[in-house]
Amino acid sequence: MSRHTLSVLVENKPGVLARVSGLFSRRGFNIDSLAVGETEHPEISRITIVVNAEASPLEQVTKQLNKLVNVLKIVELDQAAAVQRELLLVKVRADRATRSQVLETVQLFRARVVDVAPETLTIEATGTAEKLDALLRDLEPYGIKEMVQSGVVAIGRGSRSITAAPALRAAS
Amino acid sequence: MSKPTPELLAHRQHAAAAQAAAQAAHGPAQPPVERVTDVPMTGASALVRSLEALGVDTVFGIPGGAILPAYDPLFDSKVRHILVRHEQGAGHAATGYAQATGRVGVCMATSGPGATNLVTPIADAYMDSVPIVAITGQVPGPAIGTDAFQEADIQGITLPITKHNYLVQTGEELPRILAEAFHLAATGRPGPVLVDIPKDVLQRETLFSWPPQLELPGYHPTLHPHGKQIREAARLMVTARRPVLYVGGGVLKAGASAGLKALAEQTGLPVVTTLMARGAFPDSHDQHVGMPGMHGSVTAVYALQKSDLIVALGARFDDRVTGQLSSFAPNATIVHADIDPAEIGKNRHADVPIVGDARHVIDELIAAVGAEHTAGRRADLTDWWATLTDLRERYPLGYEEPDDGTLAPQYVIKRIGEIAGPDAIYCAGVGQHQMWAAQFISYENPGTWLNSGGLGTMGYAVPAAMGAKHGMPDTVVWAIDGDGCFQMTNQELATCALEGIPIKVAVINNGNLGMVRQWQTLFYDQRYSNTDLGTHKHRIPDFVKLAEALGCIGLRCESAADVDATIEAAMRINDQPVVIDFVVGKDAMVWPMVAAGTSNDEIMFARGVRPIFDDDDV
Repeated sequence: MSRHTLSVLVENKPGVLARVSGLFSRRGFNIDSLAVGETEHPEISRITIVVNAEASPLEQVTKQLNKLVNVLKIVELDQAAAVQRELLLVKVRADRATRSQVLETVQLFRARVVDVAPETLTIEATGTAEKLDALLRDLEPYGIKEMVQSGVVAIGRGSRSITAAPALRAAS
Repeated sequence: MSKPTPELLAHRQHAAAAQAAAQAAHGPAQPPVERVTDVPMTGASALVRSLEALGVDTVFGIPGGAILPAYDPLFDSKVRHILVRHEQGAGHAATGYAQATGRVGVCMATSGPGATNLVTPIADAYMDSVPIVAITGQVPGPAIGTDAFQEADIQGITLPITKHNYLVQTGEELPRILAEAFHLAATGRPGPVLVDIPKDVLQRETLFSWPPQLELPGYHPTLHPHGKQIREAARLMVTARRPVLYVGGGVLKAGASAGLKALAEQTGLPVVTTLMARGAFPDSHDQHVGMPGMHGSVTAVYALQKSDLIVALGARFDDRVTGQLSSFAPNATIVHADIDPAEIGKNRHADVPIVGDARHVIDELIAAVGAEHTAGRRADLTDWWATLTDLRERYPLGYEEPDDGTLAPQYVIKRIGEIAGPDAIYCAGVGQHQMWAAQFISYENPGTWLNSGGLGTMGYAVPAAMGAKHGMPDTVVWAIDGDGCFQMTNQELATCALEGIPIKVAVINNGNLGMVRQWQTLFYDQRYSNTDLGTHKHRIPDFVKLAEALGCIGLRCESAADVDATIEAAMRINDQPVVIDFVVGKDAMVWPMVAAGTSNDEIMFARGVRPIFDDDDV
């Protein structure tokens, strides 16, 4: 099993996300992470899906996804040739005694403090899953009160654009 | 390929259907191309106008609250509505109509229970890739999501069992959505499409324009295969020693029967036709070695199992064909041609994957094999045919007369096939009678064998036969049904009687859920838990009286001596549906058999009889 990141370009229509996510569960796949949003073409949305799968079942689910009428294009992003980012918001216990140490960790990870309360700091961080895991490990000893994470979003490196293909121009 | 106009879609006839239609001298007239812009009317009228413009001649359905506005303009329309007795009947009738004619079948139901009653036939059509469009009423837009009376999220419910589905938002988009629905249903790998229309969309005034512009940017079925793959397949076909053409339902859907015959004769390859492909290649043809699979002929199962090259055309390596997948055809190189790329490599790795419409694939294979022959390369199949011919002689399809003097169900079915002949349409339910009908009737023409292959829907036969007969009124249509299946959907006989659809139904009445009983005999120590339906013991229901109550002629036959006369009597009745209660023995079993989950190598020719394969000859 290995991690795969799929960029799925879909028509921006009601119910499309349900079609895509439903197909994964129906075919026996667990989605590790899913993020969806508009692209530079307002009528096209982009779903970034991370799955753990063997190559052959992944090919099957990709083919099944391609059969969905609202799916325009699927690209598997190579980890090495793509920028992948997640967003983390975490509320950490930080009183007088520990606050400066927590702030030091925040700086070390180039994260930001977005909210301050007498007993807690809320920290925003972006990065790869590995970086965010490392940050959380460092913050854990102070006490994590609450956290929320986005799905991975990813984009290929270099000047090529996956949304510039002729098929997509027809859609827009 | 040029883009089809919406007008042509509903009448997009496959060659097979065209041929059948020509035989029946019942070619539908092409609808006139209507061009109108911004005509004010209700959404309901826009729906009916769209169906007319799409060339729909028949809708099978039942009205109800949410769909009611549509029934008002339908009352005045040239589209004929056939009022069924249960929505499941409407769905299967649309399927039978589509399978017999090659045109898109249409069914209609109201919201909630009306729509959910369509779920089984939609799932059935999805599994067997049948082009149908299901139109359902929905509660008014503002009520959606409030658990309103007769509300069901039918779009959500049918997501996994439709090729695509729609919840219509406005009257303006209705014509486009309907044109897209028919296009999606009929093209590429065919399948069911559902259009759910809220009541307020039907009631509100809208502006109707035709023809609409299809908006399907993500839908591009691949019809033409890749030349390199075709050449590689042809090269394998002229060098293999034990090749087989494994023909599936896709060949029928593509109208490629004539091409298939040409390819088979050009290459000399043996042909097996799956349950969904019966009739795609004539049973009487020398190169036809039978149906493969769980109840296939020994020769067909063996041919696949021992082959060195399987050329799959519109087939999907279904578990009922492969048996235990890991031991299926271990030495075969696989050429897999299908219009659906997701089928290729799904179950069995394809060495030569070919994506394309079976008709184009076959035509291009013929050309490529021709080039190989010209270059002097031709397969030598002498030994292979000697082996297969020997098997065919040693293990022919057959059955034993029951020891208890009861009527053999196989004999009844065989005689129906012989008397009604290869131009009739045969429609089966699911179970033993279905397998016997697949085995003992000789299919010579495409579109003459309709059954529920993938989903295995009991109750399919009567409504599907109704749809087929309505679509092909000049063709004799037999429903070959079991007593279990028949009790699930026989209410549609009332529809047949009133709407003038004179089908013939042979109830192969063994008093039991026969196939389940067979498994209990073989695998559950003859513990017959809940398989005796009492149709023998108590004659409840009395099928003759039931037939009469439903406006049909009821006949009964209990002995071999009366079989021919009874079938002939039914053949003479053309103005009313006929039901024959064939009271047959309950112990007859379907053979050969590959038990579920076991290897095809374990095929049993009859109970306790394993065929002897001399592995040295291959």
